[in-house]
Amino acid sequence: MPAGNSNVNDFVVRFANVNGTGSASANFLFTKSIFRMGIPVTPKNIFPSNIQGLPTWYEVRVSEKGYLGRREGIDLMVCVNPQSMMQDVKSVKKGGYFLYDSTKKLHDEFIRDDIHYIGIPLMEMCNREFTDPRQRQLFKNIIYVGALCGLLDIEVGVFEDLFKEQFKGKEKLIAPNMKSLQMGIDYVKENFKCPLDIRVERRDLVKDAIMIDGNSACGLGAVYGGATVAAWYPITPSTSVAEAFNDYAEEYRIDPQTGKKNYAIVQAEDELAAMGMVIGAGWNGARAFTATSGPGVSLMNEFLGLAYFAEVPAVLIDVQRAGPSTGMPTRVQQSDIMEAAYASHGDTKHVLVIPSTPKECFEMTADAFDLAEQLQTPIMVMTDLDLGMNDHVSPPFEWDDNRNYHRGKVLTAELLEHMPKFGRYLDVDGDGIPYRTYPGTHPTKGAFFTRGTSRDEYAVYTEDAAAYQRNMDRLMVKWETAKTMVHAPELYQHKNHHGCGIIFFGTSKYAAEEAMELLKEQGVHLDAMRIKAFPFNSAVQQFIDAHDKIFVVEQNRDAQMKSLLMIELGINPEKLVSVLNYDGMPITADTIQAQIKNNLSGNK
Amino acid sequence: MTYVRPKFRHPELKKNKLGYTVSYYEGALSTLCAGCGHDSISAAIVQACYDLDIEPHKVAKLSGIGCSSKTPAYFLSNSHGFNSVHGRMPSVATGANLANRELKYIGISGDGDSASIGMGQFVHVIRRNLNMLYIVMNNGCYGLTKGQDSATADPGSKNKTGHVNTFQSIDLSSLAIELGATFVAQSFSGDKKQLVPLIKAAMKHTGFAFINVISPCVTFNNNVGSTKSYDYVREHVEATGTIDFVPEMKEITTDYAEGTMEHVVMHDGSIIELHKLAQGWDPHSRISAMNAVQLAKAKNEILTGLLYMEHESQELHDMLGTTEKPLNTLGKDVLCPGAAKLRELNATLR
Repeated sequence: MPAGNSNVNDFVVRFANVNGTGSASANFLFTKSIFRMGIPVTPKNIFPSNIQGLPTWYEVRVSEKGYLGRREGIDLMVCVNPQSMMQDVKSVKKGGYFLYDSTKKLHDEFIRDDIHYIGIPLMEMCNREFTDPRQRQLFKNIIYVGALCGLLDIEVGVFEDLFKEQFKGKEKLIAPNMKSLQMGIDYVKENFKCPLDIRVERRDLVKDAIMIDGNSACGLGAVYGGATVAAWYPITPSTSVAEAFNDYAEEYRIDPQTGKKNYAIVQAEDELAAMGMVIGAGWNGARAFTATSGPGVSLMNEFLGLAYFAEVPAVLIDVQRAGPSTGMPTRVQQSDIMEAAYASHGDTKHVLVIPSTPKECFEMTADAFDLAEQLQTPIMVMTDLDLGMNDHVSPPFEWDDNRNYHRGKVLTAELLEHMPKFGRYLDVDGDGIPYRTYPGTHPTKGAFFTRGTSRDEYAVYTEDAAAYQRNMDRLMVKWETAKTMVHAPELYQHKNHHGCGIIFFGTSKYAAEEAMELLKEQGVHLDAMRIKAFPFNSAVQQFIDAHDKIFVVEQNRDAQMKSLLMIELGINPEKLVSVLNYDGMPITADTIQAQIKNNLSGNK
Repeated sequence: MTYVRPKFRHPELKKNKLGYTVSYYEGALSTLCAGCGHDSISAAIVQACYDLDIEPHKVAKLSGIGCSSKTPAYFLSNSHGFNSVHGRMPSVATGANLANRELKYIGISGDGDSASIGMGQFVHVIRRNLNMLYIVMNNGCYGLTKGQDSATADPGSKNKTGHVNTFQSIDLSSLAIELGATFVAQSFSGDKKQLVPLIKAAMKHTGFAFINVISPCVTFNNNVGSTKSYDYVREHVEATGTIDFVPEMKEITTDYAEGTMEHVVMHDGSIIELHKLAQGWDPHSRISAMNAVQLAKAKNEILTGLLYMEHESQELHDMLGTTEKPLNTLGKDVLCPGAAKLRELNATLR
């Protein structure tokens, strides 16, 4: 039966809440219960740039097929915010459900005749049962989760386990939570036909997957990658990267003997200082990083140019949000690509790595520290708000204990002792990467002057045209080396089959994979590649060369990745067709397939 | 101006405890204008480091942009140097210090670099009590861009073009005291006798040691009417007292009358001998120090010498609770929690 009924394990629930009312933990509880039922689930926070009072939404997509991108169309709206009720009523799909607090009668203007109404007197039930106002608020949230448990047929035992885990050490709280949950279940079972036609059924589809947000994964990756200095300035949506680093470091990086910290975190006065600290630490041989978003990257441009030119390792995690300027601080975009790739004045190019999942956030952040030290240059981890701030179902984190930190070309006192002459910017190996020394290494050898001004191979200031150009050309040799070291793209086929290909990156992965499936069902077959890094690995060029037409999916207005492909690989613009989404909401499969179909039919 | 420094040194040139002559502490030949105050300050740094028997390679010298920021190339050629970007030396020094707390950090800045473009970072590095010596070579003008007034130019001061500054000046020493700096001194590039012991004391201080050095710009701001000219400063300088630095374990001899002499014991046991001249000034009281600076200002005097110092202060590492070992020496064994911990963590995320 389940396979035939598309409403089982395939629907979208949206919660309409008021910011700051404790709804987030109740909503996550709901998501986690689906996950525990073994069903792929993907939640999205749609929140305002506000701390308390404004409307906030939480959208949960349940997908038997494992589609983890956002989907348009709300099957069930849980409306506990009168402010947004009109908009919320309108957003329900035809035939869908509207769950609301029926303590007060619903006004006529909210009545549609093509949707079902599920009224539950949430406030009245709460007021009857609880006296403390804060408790009334919190348990009201649990009551609606209970209602969903009954309506969607979620196993009660799953919630019981979740409460036990959540309130470990505070067991007193389990009983009232279970009681509230049961109140919700009982009410819907008494008053409505349960379960609804949309419902869940236990599966074993998530296997060993974990559920975590990308920012936490980046923070964890920095701990595993050996970062010892973190400098940051608060900015949405990257703040939780620094917070996660702090939390994991407190857990894993306290010296058991002394109780002292094997790391340092400084909340800087601004993004300029944050980047300066990272560069100072990197110059002095520590692995250091900052986390920021587009506006922060703008401010860090000057320092990024210095680190590029003076060749100082640095890691920057850019959790992209909708720009330009302050833009939409709590909405997503992939619109810092160009800014990051060519940050700062003069001829500069920067290495970018682009994760798509929390597992990749973890791995690529850890990898970024190796790359930064090996290449002696800033590495930017280009994540985004959707990946960073939303929980994602992800393959579990993995770490190989045999893995060593690649600290790059650093000369020790002993090596210096036996060297004729040290040249900081001398290309000894022909890969464009020179050797460096940490301050304090040797009494008489290896000291040099780091500067943003031009210098010769021995780090001596020069305005000599030939010496300047030699240095700029060597940096290009290093750039070529970087192409062989960065992450290769993910190819979706062993052999290319079709004339048309699709390229995507970052969080567009989810919607793009789903769109490919949808298109396949309609007879449109595409070869696919997910870009994971800049500069482009040779496999990127090969994929493009092997196709007549390539769709480039990205979440910005100006087709920034397409521009990069054109600039760096000399691709004919005619060949690259942009598929864009830049409204600040995560891109959907429908958007992608519609734009592709539109292009293909227009060409027929 | 010569471009080659003679290599010849007197064969019997005195050596310090480490066996180095003073020439070992020098740097590249200065490219600043002949007579620039900054070169005198570089020379004072060389002298102080030689006298203190500091291993030059255990010093990191950092700067921003400007004439002053060029000077780290002109002293301690066996130290790593970092000529960063304009006004941002404090943040680079902060990161460097976090990475390795065992080195000594000398930051060189100018009045443009600290009082204008870098004011934010200057203010915040003080708040954090970063363990470093921070010298501002203060000439009241932008030398490298040909003499524009800086934010420390005094109101009424006339520059070389005859332009009279109408804006209020920023007094970096007062600001540093106000913001909680734990060592604040003021000096004059022409007074090496005062500057050398001040630098020594500052380098022995644990925490943020700030020295604002009036350092005339011979090319653009040494004219009549400028309050940062050699002549003006010499005429208006007033010292809080004379200062002498006595390394640890050395017998203290003093010629001064009891009562005006104070021995300030530094963290490592070395001693500052302070012969107080300023009336009612207590170098351990922030209020008294502020008062002394303001009183001198009211009399059109430039108060020099030690202004304020705190004996015991928590530097940034103390406040953050970082390990005693330099962070840049920690290896994978200490830094990486390993696969087993990750498996445990995965289990909590299901």
